[in-house]
Amino acid sequence: MIDMGKFKPGTVYVTYIASTPEKVWQALTDPAFTRAYFFGFAVEVEPRVGGAYRLKTPDGKVHVEGEVVDWQPPRRFASTWRVDGLPGYGDLPECLVSYDIEVSGDAVKLTMTESHSWAIPEAILEGGRTGWPKILSSLKSVLETGKPVAMKMEGPPPGMAEAVRRALIEKPWTKAR
Amino acid sequence: MSKPVFVYVTYIAAPPERVFEALTKPDISEKFWFGYRVTADGKAGARMTAFDPAGRQVHDDPIIESDPPRRLVYGWKSLYKDLPDERPSRVTFVLEPLKDQTRLTVTHDDFDDGSRMFEMISKGWPAVLSSLKSFLETGRGLEATWDEEQRRRAGQA
Repeated sequence: MIDMGKFKPGTVYVTYIASTPEKVWQALTDPAFTRAYFFGFAVEVEPRVGGAYRLKTPDGKVHVEGEVVDWQPPRRFASTWRVDGLPGYGDLPECLVSYDIEVSGDAVKLTMTESHSWAIPEAILEGGRTGWPKILSSLKSVLETGKPVAMKMEGPPPGMAEAVRRALIEKPWTKAR
Repeated sequence: MSKPVFVYVTYIAAPPERVFEALTKPDISEKFWFGYRVTADGKAGARMTAFDPAGRQVHDDPIIESDPPRRLVYGWKSLYKDLPDERPSRVTFVLEPLKDQTRLTVTHDDFDDGSRMFEMISKGWPAVLSSLKSFLETGRGLEATWDEEQRRRAGQA
């Protein structure tokens, strides 16, 4: 089991969705939904703490591999993430992605928090800060209208690959924070 | 320590013209901005005004830049008397077309360290912009629930 206390939020994204907690939960954990809004990726999750979490590309390759650390349907879902689908990224320390689902009036407040156990450079955080608004905007549209939104497919933000290369050489996570 | 900056990006299945109009015309804003009537369709130098659902004026700020339907910048100072008297901050909307849709980036900055307004807008914008997206995609905005204090102030609670 990972030491959750070491993880600090790096990126938080909040969106309000005209839906129910159960449907938002399903959208996060059912591959038929994630394929529609998450760059075509299919989620595979063993429904228990300690279970395996995977995101697979449309051609079946494992893009993200992790472990379920919180499973409280339909309120909170968290797993570790190791991004194996991008060169080098799989050797970085795993991060933690959590989803909190709360009723808010006639809607649902969904809070995504991406947390890290090391002093991750801004240039690497930028990858998630580019991706999450696309993923979560599209999730909202799929639940409210049945259709994903248009999104520009762009490579990693400038400086990100270089920051990953440097981190893999310097390994700042091996030093005390 | 860098100054507080709030950035929020959302993708909306509507063209920039409709998004810009919704952000600047009071008859549209009141349908998704929790009853607030926001007018910001003037040129640079004109005023951005906002009235809460009880009819009280809550903003009278300068429009700093306006380039419909791509970019809008205005000042931000709440006129509510019970808020700390902070200097004006700044809101920048950037609308980028993507097929027939829009990537909207809202940047709210130029705060002093420890700004109370920064805490408030960090809660408020995700609610307003989620409601804007719902309104433009489905015809229905969301219910105001962002925070109880805000609702009391707006005379809705």
